[in-house]
Amino acid sequence: MATYKAPIRDMKFVLYELLEGDKLCELPGYEEATRDLVEPILEEAAKITEEVLFPLNRSGDEEECQWNEGKVSTPAGFKDAYTLFREGGWTAIACDPNYGGMGMPKMVNTMVEEMICSANLSFGMYPGLSFGAYTAMHGFATDELKDTYLPKLVDGTWSGTMCLTEPHCGTDLGLCRTKADPQDDGSYLVTGTKIFISAGEHDMTDNIIHLVLARTPDAPKGIKGISLFVVPKYLPDADGEAGEFNNVSCGSIEHKMGIKASATCVMNFDNAKGWLVGTLNKGMQGMFAMMNQERLAVGIQGLGLGEASYQGAVEYAKERLQGRSISGVKHPDKPADPIIVHPDVRRMLMTQRAYMEGCRAFGGWVSQQLDISRKHPDAQRREEADEFVQLMTPIVKALFTDLGYEATNHGMQVFGGHGFIREHGMEQYVRDCRIAQIYEGTNGIQALDLIGRKMPDKAGRLLRRFFHPVQDYIEQNVMDDELGEFVQPLAKAFGRLQQATGQLARVGMGKPEEAAAGATEYLRLFGLVGLAYMWCRMVEVAKDKQDGDEGDFYRAKITTARFFMQKLLPQCSSLFSSIMAGGSSMMELDEDLF
Amino acid sequence: MKVLVAVKRVIDYNVKIRVKSDNTGVETANVKMSMNPFDEIAVEEAIRLKEAGKADEVVVVSMGEKKCQETIRTALAMGGDRGILVETDEDLQPLAVAKILKGIVEKENPDMIILGKQAIDDDNGQTGQMLAALLGWPQGTFASKVELGDGSVNVTREVDGGLQTVKLSLPAIVTSDLRLNEPRYAALPNIMKAKKKPLDTVSPADFGVDVTPRLKVLKVEEPAARSAGVKVDSVAQLVDKLKNEAKVI
Repeated sequence: MATYKAPIRDMKFVLYELLEGDKLCELPGYEEATRDLVEPILEEAAKITEEVLFPLNRSGDEEECQWNEGKVSTPAGFKDAYTLFREGGWTAIACDPNYGGMGMPKMVNTMVEEMICSANLSFGMYPGLSFGAYTAMHGFATDELKDTYLPKLVDGTWSGTMCLTEPHCGTDLGLCRTKADPQDDGSYLVTGTKIFISAGEHDMTDNIIHLVLARTPDAPKGIKGISLFVVPKYLPDADGEAGEFNNVSCGSIEHKMGIKASATCVMNFDNAKGWLVGTLNKGMQGMFAMMNQERLAVGIQGLGLGEASYQGAVEYAKERLQGRSISGVKHPDKPADPIIVHPDVRRMLMTQRAYMEGCRAFGGWVSQQLDISRKHPDAQRREEADEFVQLMTPIVKALFTDLGYEATNHGMQVFGGHGFIREHGMEQYVRDCRIAQIYEGTNGIQALDLIGRKMPDKAGRLLRRFFHPVQDYIEQNVMDDELGEFVQPLAKAFGRLQQATGQLARVGMGKPEEAAAGATEYLRLFGLVGLAYMWCRMVEVAKDKQDGDEGDFYRAKITTARFFMQKLLPQCSSLFSSIMAGGSSMMELDEDLF
Repeated sequence: MKVLVAVKRVIDYNVKIRVKSDNTGVETANVKMSMNPFDEIAVEEAIRLKEAGKADEVVVVSMGEKKCQETIRTALAMGGDRGILVETDEDLQPLAVAKILKGIVEKENPDMIILGKQAIDDDNGQTGQMLAALLGWPQGTFASKVELGDGSVNVTREVDGGLQTVKLSLPAIVTSDLRLNEPRYAALPNIMKAKKKPLDTVSPADFGVDVTPRLKVLKVEEPAARSAGVKVDSVAQLVDKLKNEAKVI
């Protein structure tokens, strides 16, 4: 059966042993985030996710959201769970205290997000989208709009959405047709149809606040004519509560492969009143503020699901008796050995573990830099950290969701035939994880973002935010007696990444298609080097603690690091070969021959 | 009215207990610790009394190593007002705990003390009763319902074969059973507030209590593994086995 216990010990390891989480409270604005506060927050988040959200995961998947005459009902138990979640202040965790938020750092929130995604991704979509809407408004809306909407989004009595996609316009938002007619009072009347709107309509909050991309009548064509509007389902009345209906309706919901308890809506705006957020025709700014945050959050979804799948698989592998160990009977008292004795089962479990622990550390690092980019008193440090986060955003999104998907598949495979049966909950993780590779910009788009935008930006300065610290680390540690074993494979993979980067940069100038053809492999190569670097640093922390009270924990880290270096990192060789081979073999075939 | 609640830091109820290889006890290194679930219920009951306007202050006491602070903070995050940690690395047994609590009671003068009926680690189920004896206070143990009256409290107890309701005059001691209430989840703002609530640290010596264990653990072993059953041929054989092998009839 699926099972979930929040990996608090590992989270504390990442926060406080690997990444100097103790220093978070030195950043202005994060004074509260001391370890003696953060740890109880993680413990309580663990309780809620394990005891309240996780038990609704399978039932939510079976029941799905239901649409009836424009109303959407969430599966049984969701509304109560949301109320408990909201009243507990969890929607407010990372929000601005000026609007009722708790002001916790991203680093802490990332850990909480992971738990939510592990326990019940569908549920997590609702507060997740609200947080996205909050972010765009917090960054770009007028004070008046902020005062009206943010307190409600923060305390969770209202929820939010982001309305980008239209039937004919997905990745290419410049094709957006939804129109916004300016009115004399400064508002706009928004008309159009948006699809794939997560949390677009549901029964858990009093009001739903849509952030809608639309164009005004005389806006320039394409992406430069897109503006962002806030359009509530119900207009706020004089007291600031949900008042008159605003002609925003849900036409239907999609029937999906996964995250079935998350309502994916067709939203119709029919002369709905809205207000401009940010500058006219610069709607993509606000949308990107939201989207970058969401991309990191989607990466965490992959991690969360991979972790949940790993836990279920481990439990099963220890209990399921089948066959005997090929090195001799391990449990003579039992009719067969548990399947965890078999090398191939180990391969799957270790792969899940090495990927997920690596991603947790990597995600922690990116979150830490995000906190620094927002709060550090030194402008230069902020800028450097921001460049690092920009570089890593597409990598976290695509790498974590790809590895999460691989991990959930391994977890299902460990269960054999039972993994294919819904009752065991393992196939749900695979289905739920599948969307994470698609939405918020497909992983292919992330790879293009990496090579097309992030790589050349500021003449390669973003790249240096990763390459320099890794290069320094390798130089300092490659000869170390204990670390050398781990740093050497890192150095080799890093060398390939540098070479591949040079190659893509060169061919990208003249033949962009050649570079684009290798983008997906390049992103994965980049990500694996990032994980390898994190594994080296984890070994560095763990090696001196092997004989202490928690020796088991640290020895397991080192063993897992070794597995990563020996069994997973070698993928870099084939990725490298593929990148260097260029893209002619895939572009050559005439379209008619497909 | 002041309510005193005692909470114990124990191995989390979800953890699969492992016996130490030298048979001196159970493994606690690298094991998740939490508040004893019965004590959580005790804290919840005290907070509900406060929320209902029947109590003015909820004081939370814990004893043991410094990390018991975390357990007290958990109770403060649920809604307790302040904490007292009796810090000691000594293995505390129920009598020592009861004696220290008596010392705290004499200083704090609470009107009611609520404790869990037992802790899930040692399962002694003695502290509340011992404390009542030491103080000479009435006790309502295994409570599934607590109704505060004027200068008294009605406690419904879960006893063999049903429920028994006793009326205790205050001050009194109540120990909580599982069905008394369902403890709340701490809300984030309250977790943040809990950090700033007062927490005093004292030591057993402050109360002149000698905490030296009176009982010595000789050996801790895992329960014997269950062996396979046998099929009996007849009722007569079953009766024979029950009588002569199992010796239960």
